[in-house]
Amino acid sequence: MLRFLAGRIFTMLVTALCLTFIVFFLTNLPPNLEKVAKSELGARISDADVESWLGRNGYADPMIIRYGQWLGVVPGWTRTDAEDGRRFGRCLPDNGLAAVPPGASEMPPPTFCGVLQGDWGFSTVFRRDVGEVVLRGLALTGKLMFWVTVVMIPGALIIGVLAGMREGSRLDRSLSTVSIVSTATPEYVSGVVFIALLTPTVFGYRLFNGSATTAMEDATFYNFTLPVVTIALYGMGYIARMTRASMTEVMTAQYIRTARLKGVTFGNIVMKHALRNALIAPFTVIMLQFPWLLNGVVIVETLFNYKGFGWTLVEAAGNNDIELLLGVSVVSVLVVLVTQLISDIGYVFLNPRIRIS
Amino acid sequence: MEPLTWTGAVGTWLDPVLWLVAGSLAVGVVAMIVMSFFAAPVTLQANADGTVMARGGAFGFVERAVQALVLALCVVVLLYILAGIVTPYGGAGIVGAMAKRLLPTWIALALTFAVSIAFKRRLGLYGKLFDNVIGMIGFALVMFWVFSAIFAGVFDMIVTHDPLSQVSGMKNEVPGTPVPGVDAMTMGAHYLLGGDALARDVFSRMIAGGWVVIQIAPLATLFAFMVGIVLGLPAGYYGGKLDIVLSFLANLILAFPVILLFYLLVTPEIVATGIPSIMAAVLFVFPVVFFAVLLNARFHTRPGVRGPVLIVVLGIMGLIYLSLISQPGTIFTFMPRWLDLFDISGGILVVFVSVVFVNAPTVFRIVRGITFDIKTRDYVAAAQTRGEGPWYIMLWEILPNARGPLIVDFCLRIGYTTILLGTLGFFGLGLSTESPDWGSTINQGRGLLSVFPHPAVVPALALLTLVLGLNLLADGLREESLRD
Repeated sequence: MLRFLAGRIFTMLVTALCLTFIVFFLTNLPPNLEKVAKSELGARISDADVESWLGRNGYADPMIIRYGQWLGVVPGWTRTDAEDGRRFGRCLPDNGLAAVPPGASEMPPPTFCGVLQGDWGFSTVFRRDVGEVVLRGLALTGKLMFWVTVVMIPGALIIGVLAGMREGSRLDRSLSTVSIVSTATPEYVSGVVFIALLTPTVFGYRLFNGSATTAMEDATFYNFTLPVVTIALYGMGYIARMTRASMTEVMTAQYIRTARLKGVTFGNIVMKHALRNALIAPFTVIMLQFPWLLNGVVIVETLFNYKGFGWTLVEAAGNNDIELLLGVSVVSVLVVLVTQLISDIGYVFLNPRIRIS
Repeated sequence: MEPLTWTGAVGTWLDPVLWLVAGSLAVGVVAMIVMSFFAAPVTLQANADGTVMARGGAFGFVERAVQALVLALCVVVLLYILAGIVTPYGGAGIVGAMAKRLLPTWIALALTFAVSIAFKRRLGLYGKLFDNVIGMIGFALVMFWVFSAIFAGVFDMIVTHDPLSQVSGMKNEVPGTPVPGVDAMTMGAHYLLGGDALARDVFSRMIAGGWVVIQIAPLATLFAFMVGIVLGLPAGYYGGKLDIVLSFLANLILAFPVILLFYLLVTPEIVATGIPSIMAAVLFVFPVVFFAVLLNARFHTRPGVRGPVLIVVLGIMGLIYLSLISQPGTIFTFMPRWLDLFDISGGILVVFVSVVFVNAPTVFRIVRGITFDIKTRDYVAAAQTRGEGPWYIMLWEILPNARGPLIVDFCLRIGYTTILLGTLGFFGLGLSTESPDWGSTINQGRGLLSVFPHPAVVPALALLTLVLGLNLLADGLREESLRD
């Protein structure tokens, strides 16, 4: 078990390293850097100005060195101005964009300052530390995801179990149709339909709020239902179908027939005999569904103007905020990898037929 | 001129019927679901003449009533369409005018179904689809959009206005508003589904948006399948190091949040560096490789046939491949103008490449899993004993036997690709801002959603019905392919 775990974590770290490098590579291509220079100095600067600005701010090093600096395994760049002796550097306050006058700081700045040291860089859009921005977004999205989980998982499991306990029955047909419809409705479709149907004022009364901006401080039924339901609906159908498939398989097993022949009531068979075995497969599916929910989170937060993690991603990507985008990517890649790990471990724990020696 | 109502004169007597039927159907379905909790399990009993005995009691009655009501609902909907086609323009309101305008689609649909049902015993899996109600509904929904898109995109038939042109005074107007300056009651006198924020016709944009989706989604899915099959078969067949490396790469892409990947790939800066062109050059090579290996494995014992076949097929495919990746304005511009068959506008190519890139790893995993399963079968061992080459076994023994799950997944994946295209449009990535595709239109319409819902809701429902149709089709195909 321990070896299995160690192997998995090793693969996970390698994957994370590869993925962060890919993101770093894609966000640090020459056109992106040129755009950064232009946004700092103004759009009408010459190519030579861009070159010298990039050179002065540590962007001239080879890509792999800068990746190391960002990661925190290569010493951050430093530069002392030839004329007045001011020091610039990645590890200095404000990411080196603001100069430090000579002799101002008594304490020498740290040599390494990257993600591993907890220094995530500076966001050019929000004018704050990336760590702070990402944490704030994660807290808000965490609240959203908590309610999505509360709505989605019990709902999906109930639908799946009810549909799967009597395969081919009317109930099964109706619930299966519902889950097919819900898997065919992406968030931007259901969200748009919900807003169009449920938010206009009818007879002076408004059912729901079409914007979730107020839900950031104070989430109520009135302003938080629509975003939560919109995300939950898309994932629900898929989990319900997996649960149904697993439940129908269990219900045809020999031991269920034995229980029936013994005279156990149908309710007891479903609740006590079938349910536990039927929920092994959906557990994996639910864990693997979380990365997909990230997609939904981005869409819903944009649609309902809820300034969480997904909204931060869109802002960072739309405004070429390299350090913030990198921070957001690291977090989302970690979320994906950790849920995959949990799903693997959980599957082994739940399923007595699989033993890792 | 008069604005059109939803159902016009026909509606005065057909609308109440519709509401009555739909209302009682809803009541009946709910009653049936509630009663199914208490009803005795179904035990089929045969009559003396061999037919199945009808179920008695209240449950049996509700069941029959619901069946009749569903039939009645279909008849009412059919009546709306027929009334629209028969009555002159405007007589059956917006619904009738749309039905009239979609006449080519109805004819094509009816012909397809008539021919397919007539010959369904000779059509293999496709024919079996017509034994399955769910599958037929799905197929009808999909073909509705396919036919509408083709008639609109190729023959310029169904759209009533140019999807890009703006008519002043039509901004955000409700469905059925007359177009200023047109006096005759003919097609094009009204914006059937209203105008959007830029005063363009929502109905025409919906149909034209379907054409964008129908052009990209199936083809992109096909390319993703080619990549997945070419890489997944050897990974599953050989296993070992090759499998480890390829699986690691596939998991790498799968661990990438899709939306982030889109934001990283489909930005003007990345396009300027030429990375999408390189990816296109790599991804588009797979179909050529696939067919080359496929034919070579088949004919390598007959050199007289192999040479000519390979030269002809690879010549044509190679030319298409080269003209596909060679675009003026990108890093690949090596083809002379007279030889370059076609150019795809940069935006569409980038969207296409990123959709293929996102889908391919999942297909790879599916193919690899099936190959693992099938390679232990006896016919594979027999082929190995005969001394067949590995690629012959993979492509001519394993792949045909894996077709069932792959066809089902293909349908599902087209739907998923459609959703991805919508996502790209929703974030304004890739396609031009005035492109009529559904995602971009939803994105533009969501600003004033609670005041003017129609510009965004119409494309949203269009996308929903297409994806739903594909899912139902996949479901029907799965059921029928498992039957034998």
